[in-house]
Formats: sequence, C-alpha cells, structure tokens
Amino acid sequence: MTKTDPAAPANTARPASAPPAGPHDAAVDAVAQRPPRRHPLRTPVTSLIRHAILIAAAVLMLYPVIWMVASSLRPNEIIFREQGIILDSFEISNYTEGWEALSYPFNVYLVNSGLVVLGSIIGNLVSCSLAAYAFARLEFTGKRIWFAIMLVSIMLPIHVIIVPQYVMFSQLGWVNTFLPLIVPKLLATDAFFVFLMVQFIRGIPRELDEAARIDGAGHPRIFLQIILPLMVPALATTTIFTFIWTWNDFFSQLIYLTKPGLYTVPLALNAFQDAQSATDYGEMFAMSVVSLIPIFLVFLFGQRFLIKGIATTGIK
Amino acid sequence: MSALGELRALKGKPPGRQRKQNRAAFLFLAPWFLGLALITLGPMAASFALSFTRYNLLSPPRFTGIDNFARMFEDERLMKSLAVTFQYVFISVPLQLALALLLAVVLDRGLRGLSFYRSAFYLPSLLGASVAIAMLWRQIFGVDGLVNAVLGWFGIEGQGWISSPDTALGTLMVLNVWTFGSPMVIFLAGLRQIPAMYYEAAAVDGANRRQQFWRITMPMLTPIIFFNLILQIIGAFQSFTQAYIVSGGSGGPVDSTLFYTLYLYQRGFANLDMGYASAMAWLLLVIIAAFTAVNFWASRFWVFYDDQD
Repeated sequence: MTKTDPAAPANTARPASAPPAGPHDAAVDAVAQRPPRRHPLRTPVTSLIRHAILIAAAVLMLYPVIWMVASSLRPNEIIFREQGIILDSFEISNYTEGWEALSYPFNVYLVNSGLVVLGSIIGNLVSCSLAAYAFARLEFTGKRIWFAIMLVSIMLPIHVIIVPQYVMFSQLGWVNTFLPLIVPKLLATDAFFVFLMVQFIRGIPRELDEAARIDGAGHPRIFLQIILPLMVPALATTTIFTFIWTWNDFFSQLIYLTKPGLYTVPLALNAFQDAQSATDYGEMFAMSVVSLIPIFLVFLFGQRFLIKGIATTGIK
Repeated sequence: MSALGELRALKGKPPGRQRKQNRAAFLFLAPWFLGLALITLGPMAASFALSFTRYNLLSPPRFTGIDNFARMFEDERLMKSLAVTFQYVFISVPLQLALALLLAVVLDRGLRGLSFYRSAFYLPSLLGASVAIAMLWRQIFGVDGLVNAVLGWFGIEGQGWISSPDTALGTLMVLNVWTFGSPMVIFLAGLRQIPAMYYEAAAVDGANRRQQFWRITMPMLTPIIFFNLILQIIGAFQSFTQAYIVSGGSGGPVDSTLFYTLYLYQRGFANLDMGYASAMAWLLLVIIAAFTAVNFWASRFWVFYDDQD
C-alpha cells in the first residue's frame, strides 16, 4: 500500500469504474466495489471446497451464540443434555421468569442502559465533531502538539485515570448517578472518534468551505451548514460504535453504579450470576439473549458503517 | 490510515502556517480541552501523586514515598497477575492475528458471498466484550458444558475447564481468539489496497501463488500487521470483563485468571487501597508504553513501507 501520506488512506487500488469518493472511505469502497480478482487456477471444485470450509468455520464461530438462543427456549433440566440447536418445543417461561428474577424487572435495566447509551452518543457526536473540525480545518498555535496528544490519548489505558476520576466524581456526589458515564463523553474523551472524524473531514473538498467563506460565512456556519451535513456517515459510525461500546461497557459501570435500581444491563446480568448460582441457566441465557438483541440489531442495520469505521481507524 | 501512521507522519513535517484562527479553534476545541484537563491529564497527574501515598478514600492520602512500588515486588498476587496477563497477551494475540490474516487472505480471493462471511466472522468481536458472552463461556466450558459434550462424541473425557487452574486461562484465550473479526476487517481493507499491477507483473515474470503471497502480499501487509499487533496488544493488556465474569470477580481458580486489571480493581475498589491501585496503573502504563516502543523499534526490521528506498 502506498505510504507516502499515512494520513490519507491510499487510493491506488480503486478501479477506474468506481464512482468518486473522499479518500477517507477509499479502502472500504474498494472492498465493496472492486471486481473479484480471478485466479487462473480456480475451478468450480476448489471453489466449492473453499465455500464448504468457510461455511463450516462460520457455523463453528456462531454456534455458541446460536446454542445459547436455543437453550434460552428450553426447560432448565435439558439445557446441558442438548448440544443441538433444534428445538422440540418453545419454552417462553425462561424469558417471563427471567425478566422478573432480579430485584427489579429487566426493563428497568434496559432503560438505564438506554439512558447511558443515549447520553454517551449525544456527547460523542457533539464534542468530537467540534474538535475534529478544528483539527481538520483550522490553524492554531501548537496544533501539531495538541493533535499528537489527542492521538496518544487514544491508547491511554483508562486505569491510569480511574482512581482520581472516581475520587473526583464521588466528591461531586456523582457516584450512583449516570453522570460519570456521560459527562466525559460530552468532553470528547473518546478521542477515537475525534480521529475518525478528522480523517473524514479531510476527505471533504476544501473548495466547499472556501466558497462559503468568500460568501461571508464564519466557522460556526461552515461547520453547521457545510461540514456537518456532509459528515453524516462519520457521525453514523460514531453513533453505532458508541452504542455498542457503551452497551457492553462493564468496568466503569461496575465502579460507578452500585445501587440495583441504577444497574445497567451488564451489571444486571452479573447480578444474575451472583444470585442464581448453579441452577437457572435458562433464565440467565434468556436475559443474556435479551441483552444481545440491541447489539445484533445495530450490527444488522449499521454494518456498512461498522466495517467502514473499523477499516479506516482500526477501532473495535 | 491509522493513528499510528499519523504519529509517524507528525515527526518530520514542517510547522504549519499560523493564522489568526486561534480564537475559533479554541472555541471548537473547548470541550476537548476541558476533557483533557479535567478527565485525562488532571487525573493522570493526581494518579501519579497518589501512587506515592496510602489512600483509602476515607482519610486523606498519606505520603509513603516509593513504598507502593517496593511492595509490588513482594506482592505474589501481583506477580501472578503479571504472569497471567503476559501469557494471555503472548499466546492469544498472535493466534488471533494469525487467524484474522488467514481468513482475510482466503476471503480476499474474489469469493462470492464475501459480505456474508465477513459478517459471520466479525459479529463475535462485537459480542465478545459483553457480559452475556462471558457468562456463556463460563457455562460452555463448565463440567456439564457444551465443550465437554462435544468432546464426548469423540470419546474424549472432558474436564471442568473453568474450574481447573491449568485450563481456565486457556478458555479466556479462546474467547479472545474468537474475536478475530475486527483485525480481519482491517486486514481485508489492507489487502484491497495492494495495487493489482504488482500481481500482474509478478505473474508475467512467472511467479506462482505462493511466491506472490510471500513476496508481495506479506511485505505489503506488514504495516497493517504492525498496526493490528499494537492495537491488539494494548487491548489485551487491559482485558477485564471476561476474567471478572468467568471467575465471578475472584480471578480464580487459584488466581489463574487474575488479569492485571482485575487485580487492580480488587486492590483499588474492593480493598480501597487506592494508592497501590494508582501505582499499579502506572506500572501498566509503563508496560504498555514499553511494549509499544519496542514494537515501533522492531518494526524497522520487518515492516515494509512502499515509499522507502
């Protein structure tokens, strides 16, 4: 791959027939659009074998999850006697009983997680896009140093700040509120997304904002009326990743939320494990399935943005 | 392409023009600056200071010099947690990346149904961080679990994988390898950026597929391999959820899944030994920084950039 300018993904592999696009998504579009590289040695038989192996691998990969879904619909006694995924009957009781098994009904935890996720998404969208605009389009004192700090902060382990951060938030009386989980997002601490958006804005032709500047628009207007509408794909990627990360997050929720009424879904599942030690796998699996449904839906509808996001910045 | 590439590029650029855009820029950056000061750098400095104290949240921190760091060397559980974490990183990350690379290369070869396979292999890396999957893992690797049942078909006597100190960590490694989908997607993007003309030229020269792979694909992919390696190592050092759930928060059996971050959590937030936890956090930062630095240094011997002569 061409590495002359690591800042912009190389564009060399783009087929001439592909429609033009910003360099930010060249790699991904290339994945989607480049005609398959045909190899002279390929025959229908080798292709068939390859598909057979790949399908077997895919089934092996997904089997544990599918088995969990099947098990959540089985009565407890037979869960571990059945390794298959074909059901004799539907047992909805795991879901109805699992829903009420903890000190609050499961919808309380879903709403809690939803609030944290929503706050985090709004926070990341607003703060990261503002910062990204400055880094991508403005010149200012010490820009390179600040930019380097932003990049390094992507790799900083949360553990280095968690203790003082906990002390600070507990002194503010924020422990057992959602604020410690949301406020940092309002302050662009997820630098991943700043970087992702900087990459994206760099792909937007500068002529657009220069024309607007000649027409007398200031930076707030250029940002709001020109850049922001054009960076919807990057905002979608940010939304989707923030959703999944926050939905899955366990460490910081474990630290900041200790009242069962405030538990998010991961904490509730963890409580499940404490409460029902050996017996109620069915209920536990049922609520696990419930907890994975939002991720699965986001994956289903946001796949394009997920793949794009991960391919351009390497986030998970 | 990547944050790492950016850092590399920042090194030798001439300073940019400076216009009178400071005010606008600092307005746009205000949230980020606030976050940097209040959420990142401030707490970092405080954490550094706290690492030289005894602090239990209830009474004010008491300065103890390098006592926390000295205690680390005698702390057998800390040593154990380091050993566990290093094993986890050194074994599961290479396996995960090898699998990711293998699948990416197979999928890259003009295959029908690419998006289906990519989805199937990628989905686990989204689910893998969740408590639900960690709990599932705990069950399927249990004595009566799915894994033993399947082994039983082949006449292999299973065991309690999670309850045995010899194998518990292995199950977590399997979980990490299972999430190879996200590096795979990065590899796929990298493969698509290798100019087709390289292969055409090689084919004209009579290079077979194996030669093309080792002489073109692999060298051209080394920057991506390097990037994935750094990313996955940093991530693996910070693993927490899986070990916490699988061991019920204990790091057991016999501390065999006591990840470093899990021990840090236990010391800081269960024992309220906040000074020690801060010192541990700084050791983690030093370890991760050292690994990253060594990797950057070593990369000059094996990472190939197209533009260097």
